[in-house]
Amino acid sequence: MNLLDTLLRCVAVLVVFLVLPLVIGQTEHKVMAHMQGRLGPMYAGGFHGWAQLVADGVKFAQKEDVVPAGADRRVFQLAPAVALLPYLVVLLAVPVGPHGLVGQAVDAGIFFVLAVMGIGVLGSLMAGWASANKFSLLGGLRTAAQLMSYELPMLLAAASVAMAAGTASLTGIMDAFHWWWVPWQAIGAFVFFTAGLAELQRPPFDMPVADSEIIFGAYTEYTGIRFAFFLLSEYGGILVLCALTSVLFLGGWHGPLPDSLGWLWTLLKIFALAFVVIWARVTFPRLREDQLMRFAWTVLIPLALLQLALTGVIKVAISQ
Amino acid sequence: MTSSLLLAAGSLAPASRGFLSPTGVEIVFVLVGLAVLGAALLTVTTKQLVHAALWLVVALGGLAVEFLLLTAEFVAWVQVLIYLGSVVVLVLFGLMLTKAPIGRSPDADSGNRWVALGVALATAATLVTLVVDAFRTSWIDLGSGGGSTAAVGASLFRYWVLPFEALSVLLLAALVGAVVISRNGKGGTAAPRAGKLRTPRPATRPATRPSTRPSTRQER
Repeated sequence: MNLLDTLLRCVAVLVVFLVLPLVIGQTEHKVMAHMQGRLGPMYAGGFHGWAQLVADGVKFAQKEDVVPAGADRRVFQLAPAVALLPYLVVLLAVPVGPHGLVGQAVDAGIFFVLAVMGIGVLGSLMAGWASANKFSLLGGLRTAAQLMSYELPMLLAAASVAMAAGTASLTGIMDAFHWWWVPWQAIGAFVFFTAGLAELQRPPFDMPVADSEIIFGAYTEYTGIRFAFFLLSEYGGILVLCALTSVLFLGGWHGPLPDSLGWLWTLLKIFALAFVVIWARVTFPRLREDQLMRFAWTVLIPLALLQLALTGVIKVAISQ
Repeated sequence: MTSSLLLAAGSLAPASRGFLSPTGVEIVFVLVGLAVLGAALLTVTTKQLVHAALWLVVALGGLAVEFLLLTAEFVAWVQVLIYLGSVVVLVLFGLMLTKAPIGRSPDADSGNRWVALGVALATAATLVTLVVDAFRTSWIDLGSGGGSTAAVGASLFRYWVLPFEALSVLLLAALVGAVVISRNGKGGTAAPRAGKLRTPRPATRPATRPSTRPSTRQER
């Protein structure tokens, strides 16, 4: 792998990271609007308001960048970057198609993606503490508590796939995939996706940013471009979660079409999952904080352990 | 040293190379090491509590980079997952639960700091002496794949199973201990069960004398 190749891959990942989250954001506007029987943004750009997110971005960039007087300046300003960058780095390791169509094949891929995704939460924590605002602090606390509870089932579910494939590398998992893994790992897929939603603080697990209770949680004091970074990190998180779920549990680039069109399958699965994420936001009411914890410890973790046991038993049975 | 690790790591032959012509990786290794040292010093000297935790993030992340430079990829990601993703988040959570003020906390200084410094220096001296004495001028060739998941897993579960399991028993004991301590010593007072909506009691009814107005709930 020479320098030019590496550079090209990095640029490609960057472009994907800059484009797809915006597409998901625009889809969210439209899908939510139609599910709620309204139009959504219709004017910006002409055709069905396609340029609304661009207009939003311009608005965010023009706004004054305010740092509260009592805040810890440096930590406050650093927090959005800490929240956003991990998702970009994770995207580097997600295989999109066969024959090395991946930013960088990482040997311990599962560990890499889950570890780096966990760092993003530090951004929310920093924002929550540095804002010098009680609502922000409460939001930060809830974020930390939620991460603590939901990281474990997510890891266990991912470990189940690694056991099935006999490797922790994402490209290795893709190579070992068979279609019957989908029903085999279905429980794990549910646990992984749900725990991922909770880690991204998406509804119905959005207690940390519950706007009717604590304004906007850790992001209350942010305006302008830094606030836009937090929003972008949320959409980037959706992209990463959907990509990981489709790679680990839905077979990524495997599909009826020839291998050369594998990336199309990946994209299709990612967007189908992103639709589900938006759907869940419109459908479910927000959980209460104690219900949230209860759900993680009494439902998701037992389910993940069950999936691990199931994977182990079947793995031993078929290797006989 | 296990045979598979030896195979992966190459020979332990004495150095045929000098220390005066370092490669690029070695230079980066030293620079990152200095950054880790600086961040660690800031962690213990800063007067702002939360800043100490954030500097700890930098120090632990730098350590992960050092592991990567030594081609111990698996250990590096586990370091990020456990220490950055969980331990530091837990530390920040704890700090936020207490009064973690923005700005300096003058009462954060401990009177023990000279003793702590002495202990830290003694520990560091012991460890450095040990490592230097153990390896002296031997040269481990860092071939690729020596720290891969497969190599680490094989040596962990083939040669080091007993220590590994002993450690997990220790962690289990710690877990049980934590549960016992957090149960507050008295099993009599059952905590209210979380997650269920309870019918609110009428505010006017005194809780100590329920028998005087027994039919309040039916009337409502």
